[in-house]
Parts: sequence; C-alpha cells; structure tokens
Amino acid sequence: MSIFRRMSTIFKAKANSALDKAEDPRETLDYSYQKQLELLQKVRRGVADVATSRKRVELQASQLQSQSSKLQDQAQKALSMGREDLAREALTRKSGLQGQIDDLQTQHAQLQGEEEKLTLASQRLQAKVESFRTRKETIKATYTAAEAQTRINEAFSGISEEMSDVGLAVQRAEDKTQQMQARAGAIDELLASGALDDASGSSKDSITLELDRMSSGSDVENELAAMKAQLAGGSAPKELSGDTPDPAQAQAPAQQPAAEPARPQDGDVR
Amino acid sequence: MIVRIMGEGQWRLADDKLDQLNAVDTDLEKAVSSGDEPAFRTAFTALLDFVRAGDKVPDDELHDSDAILPPGDSSLAEMRELISGDGLIAG
Repeated sequence: MSIFRRMSTIFKAKANSALDKAEDPRETLDYSYQKQLELLQKVRRGVADVATSRKRVELQASQLQSQSSKLQDQAQKALSMGREDLAREALTRKSGLQGQIDDLQTQHAQLQGEEEKLTLASQRLQAKVESFRTRKETIKATYTAAEAQTRINEAFSGISEEMSDVGLAVQRAEDKTQQMQARAGAIDELLASGALDDASGSSKDSITLELDRMSSGSDVENELAAMKAQLAGGSAPKELSGDTPDPAQAQAPAQQPAAEPARPQDGDVR
Repeated sequence: MIVRIMGEGQWRLADDKLDQLNAVDTDLEKAVSSGDEPAFRTAFTALLDFVRAGDKVPDDELHDSDAILPPGDSSLAEMRELISGDGLIAG
C-alpha cells in the first residue's frame, strides 16, 4: 500500500473511533469544540516555548561570539609581544569555541523554523475551529436525525485530521526544543564554571593574566631604562632613547615606582 | 482529490494528476522499504513538490484528505514510525 494512503487510513481510523464513542452525536459537537480550543491553547503555548528557547540560544551565541573576538585580540596582542606560544593557546581556544558557535547557529535556524511552522499551524487551526463552530451551530439548529449524522461526520473528519496534524506538530516541536534545552543547559554550565571565561571580562583567564604581567613587566623595564638614563646625567640619552621609544615613560618615571620587581622574572619562567 | 502535507496544510489536485502522483509515490515506497536514505530524500522531495504545485485549500475550509503526507522534514526513520501507526500521531 502506498505511503500516503496508509497515513490517511490511520487518520480516518482515529476520527471514526472518536465518533463511535458518541451516543448522541450532537453532544459530541460541543465536546469536540472544547477539545479544539484546548489544542489551540496548546499550540500557542508551544509557539511561546520555542521562542523562549530560540532567544536563549541567541544569547548564548552572542556570549560565545564576544568571547571568541576577545581571544582573537589576545592572540594579536601576544604575538605583538613576541609570545607565539600564548597566541597559539588563544587561537586554539578560539577554534574550540567556533565549533560551539556553529552548533548554536544551526540550532537557532532549526528553532526559528519550528517557530514559523507552529505559528502557521496555529493560524490554520484557528480558522478551522471557527468554521467548525459555525457548522456546529447550524447542525444543532436544524437538527433532524436523518441528516445530522452525515453532516456531523463531515465536520468531524475535517477537523479531526487537522487536530491530529497540529497535535503532531506541537509534539515534534516540543521534542526538538527539549533536546536543545539540554544542550543549552550544558553551555550555560560551561559559561558559569568559567571554563569559557566570563564574556563580560569581570574574571580574568590565564591568557589575560599572562599578558597583563608581560605588559607591566615591560613598563618596569622602560622605567629602569629611564632611570639609568637620568643617573648617567644625560650624558648619553640618545643611545638609550632607542630602548624607550615612549617619551611619556621617560618623562614620568615615578608614576609606577618599580612596580613589583619580581614580576618580569615570573613572566619569563612561563 | 485533496492531499495534506502534515504541518503545512492541504492542496487540491486535479484527478487527471493521479497517475503521476502514484508514480512518484511508488518511488517513495521503494526507497522506504529498502531503507535507501538518499533515494528516500529525492523521492519524498519530488512528491512534496508535486503536491505543493496544486491549489492550496483555504484555512477556513473543513475537508478530510484523500491522502496524507508526513511532515516535509521527516527522516526515513520517522517516516517508518509514522506509517507503522503506533502512538506517534496525537489525536
């Protein structure tokens, strides 16, 4: 048997079993209408749930993105200081992040697709429920036993199929959203643990610490050079000026008086 | 005849298209039963495009369909589950 005929048979069987349970078919009209309204509520909740997940993924992606550009800056800075090892470390971390960013973008596209589908489904269902309500009132008003059953059957089979369809759409969206929420939760934990560093920059990762140490180390070197130049009584300032290209450093040697002299060694050991 | 694509809506197809439809459907049937994923994808996409080329049934019309197709993004595994008729279809 062909694919779509098999599917159609399954749907019809469901519609018929719902009708078979009814004693007075008119009672089932109101009951079914109630069920339709419930389903409509459910679809709308579904749309809201998917939107929430989508926003969460968006937020995570932007956090990872800013983390990634921060690592890029660090690599640049490290390389300009001649620390290729640090630059390499920063770029390695960055490429690790990129995988997660790509993954989040895929998830985002999927969630957006689900959201659009469910929104359309809810619009379709709403139009059909409204039609059903009109038909229901007409059938009840003009009820004669002979004609009612056929008209009720028609109304039912049309709406029942739509309800099965929308019901499945909601279920699929829920399944996908749940899978993604589990993964989003894992990334949140990673962000919170500091393994990815805080994108706000409030906590410092090891690369930042090392770069800070190096730049304060070179400040010290500059100041030392400036002091030596002063001690030499300005006898050979031009020879030393090559080591201290920044005139501000030379003019204001006391601004950072020999800031923690142990640090340059610290940095060298690494 | 009226054909539903789940998650998308219903289309009305002229009766003289039935032979063409059956041909595309047979390809799909073969691909599903042999578990051939690429062939399934090709045949399913062809079938969906064929149906979507029909006249869309307005949202506020209540009709049952003569044929029903699974959602366009169904995988081969999902397709099998759907047509096996176990509890997947909510209703």
